[in-house]
Amino acid sequence: MRENIHRFFRAARGAGVHVSPAESIDAMRAVAQVGVSDRTILRDALLLTLAKSQDEKLALGDCFDLFFSQPEPRQEQPEANGKDASEDTDQSPSSAATSDASGGSPPAELGPLAQMLLSQDRNAVAAAIASAAGAASLSDIRYSTQRGIFSSRILDAMGLQRLRDDLDELTATNPALAERLRAALDALREAVRDTVAQGLALYAREEAENLRNEILRNAPLARIERRHVAEMRALIRQIARRLRERYSKPRKRQRRGHLDVRRTLRRNAAWGGIPFLTAWKRKHRDRPKIVALCDVSGSVAQVSDFFLLLIHSLHEVVDDVHSFAFSSHLIEVSDILEKKSPEEAMAEIMSKVGFGSSDYGSSLVDFEKEFMSTLTPQTTVIVLGDARSNNLDPRADILRRISERSKRLVWLNPEGRLAWGFGDSEMPRYATFCSVVRQCATAQQLERAVSDIVATYQ
Amino acid sequence: MAEQKPSTAIEAVESGLAAQGYIASRQIATAVYLSQQIEKPILVEGPAGVGKTELAKAIAAWRGLKMIRLQCYEGLDEAKALYEWKYAKQLLYTQILKDKLGEVLGGAQTLHAALDQLHDFGDVFFSKEFVEPRPLLQALEQPGGCVLLIDEIDKSDAEFESLLLEILSDFQVTIPELGTVSAITPPTVILTSNSERDLGDALKRRCLHLHIGFPEQRLEERIVESRVPNISQTLRRQMVGFIHEIRSLDLKKLPSVSETIDWARVLVLLQASELDTEIVKDTLNVLLKYEADIEAAQPQITTFIAKAARSNVFG
Repeated sequence: MRENIHRFFRAARGAGVHVSPAESIDAMRAVAQVGVSDRTILRDALLLTLAKSQDEKLALGDCFDLFFSQPEPRQEQPEANGKDASEDTDQSPSSAATSDASGGSPPAELGPLAQMLLSQDRNAVAAAIASAAGAASLSDIRYSTQRGIFSSRILDAMGLQRLRDDLDELTATNPALAERLRAALDALREAVRDTVAQGLALYAREEAENLRNEILRNAPLARIERRHVAEMRALIRQIARRLRERYSKPRKRQRRGHLDVRRTLRRNAAWGGIPFLTAWKRKHRDRPKIVALCDVSGSVAQVSDFFLLLIHSLHEVVDDVHSFAFSSHLIEVSDILEKKSPEEAMAEIMSKVGFGSSDYGSSLVDFEKEFMSTLTPQTTVIVLGDARSNNLDPRADILRRISERSKRLVWLNPEGRLAWGFGDSEMPRYATFCSVVRQCATAQQLERAVSDIVATYQ
Repeated sequence: MAEQKPSTAIEAVESGLAAQGYIASRQIATAVYLSQQIEKPILVEGPAGVGKTELAKAIAAWRGLKMIRLQCYEGLDEAKALYEWKYAKQLLYTQILKDKLGEVLGGAQTLHAALDQLHDFGDVFFSKEFVEPRPLLQALEQPGGCVLLIDEIDKSDAEFESLLLEILSDFQVTIPELGTVSAITPPTVILTSNSERDLGDALKRRCLHLHIGFPEQRLEERIVESRVPNISQTLRRQMVGFIHEIRSLDLKKLPSVSETIDWARVLVLLQASELDTEIVKDTLNVLLKYEADIEAAQPQITTFIAKAARSNVFG
């Protein structure tokens, strides 16, 4: 049973629940207390000790059900059998066919596997598959391409070679029995395949998810495939959560430590200056104020979309965000983003200003005319765009005034550094007025950029 | 292995809590049983008003222990949670004992000798008498053990969480001037959280994680039965069914168990024999706390009452 619980921990990691060694020790202690006889109590105990949030609880509950699933009570060997294997053997239709074939005691000179198959002892077969799966260390399976190799390893461990020899022999001596054995072997293969598939479902999930997230994080946002957009949104939300955790908490760190002598003396004047009451210095910190100008013309639209999603899911960290979208002219979009779901909001913004050819000059003029007052000396201005102004006047002078009125001016450019300044790119002229210019093409770069911006307020 | 069969022990917990008027689900009872057995704190999460704080009170009442409560808020620090030097008392004593100190030290010939004598007093002013124990330290000092409720831990700062780690894992605190204070009897610790922010992994790792959600219909009926015994069975069923329908709406704040109980009391006071549209409309403000929520629920009332009545027939 201990072995099974350990395998369950691995499966739990596969389901995305973090099980550290310390937690597995705690869980083992809990299991020792409640015993393993009552499944529901065991389930509760494991859920209590391993899961650390409601999401994890659900995932772990499903994982538990999958792992310890038992379709019907067995007649014998209740503990020794591998739980996962038995289910598949029972379910696979051809194994039922095996048991239908009429009995008759198998000849004694056959190998153990052949005898087992012919005697139609389903439990024994299930137990054999489970122990062979253990021997082949099925819990190490990571990728779906490994299914074949694990299946053959398990079959080898069960003694497939001997079975083949037996089969050859029987074909010559006893064709009817050989036929039955062949059918049983097919059923066995199927059962093993199912076991491996279940193993993959149990143990390999985490790996697959990590891999996919890693690829997504480094994929260029502008050229992301339509079917990945939803996953990308989820990833951006994850990033937002991480940034929130990191930056929303420790704002009061520097609160105590230095005695405020002036206030202490004043407060204690009544006692002749003996400091009964103490006063401590406090440090005041600003929350970030952000003004974001996002280019939503064709090439940059997708990146702006994800950027706006990220910035607007940082409510706890960022005090106020004003977002503006532009291509040929500029509008404020904060309200739209606050009130609607990300998909609807983006669609509305696009219908208002999107997909035009970008004109940085006139967009900056729009901003200066109407929204210059949103800038304060605490504001960080973020411009997201490729600075390709279609050879129109870039009006870099307005950018200079914006830069002078704000705390920092950060330019995020989805294009690589190599492309800056070529063609109609005005990046070098704008860059002189920016505090920071950085490339921002992937989710990872986006995270770093936003993280750095927020960190300057800490 | 426990001396007792775990399933019976868990049932004992359940009935013990029930005797205090707290109807626990099996998960809750298992958590309470396990926390006793492996001496781990329970971290209770869930929406407001599902009885997280009540659980701690019920455990304390059931086991006849004192309950010490620490309400967390932003800016809570160790001086308010753990211990504090009685600064004013220290200062007062030094002022009063000024002359005495002069006498004692007067015998010394050299400065060095005076210093030695001063050292002999030890740290009089940093001894137990001058420590003001706050809830956490109080909990460790209870000879018979106690139930320590750390309420709404998510409201406190991250630093405070780290402060708790030593207490939660080893049931001890370290005061630099005095050394380490260990618990006489490890207290039963309950932490509650409304998930306003995610807690640190280090804290979560040290706790059993229990999530209390809205109870199932049957369980909620039993809760109402135990808290408001003089409500008729039909009305109880109807109102709980109605509340379950309300919870399916998309509201700002869903009514939780405490609101159910309040509503049951109100209905009993108004001597309602069964739900009808009028009485629900008049008392909806007991259930829903936002104007927008009430407006959203208004048009559905009749349907919900009908549904609740129907499920009553089959249930």
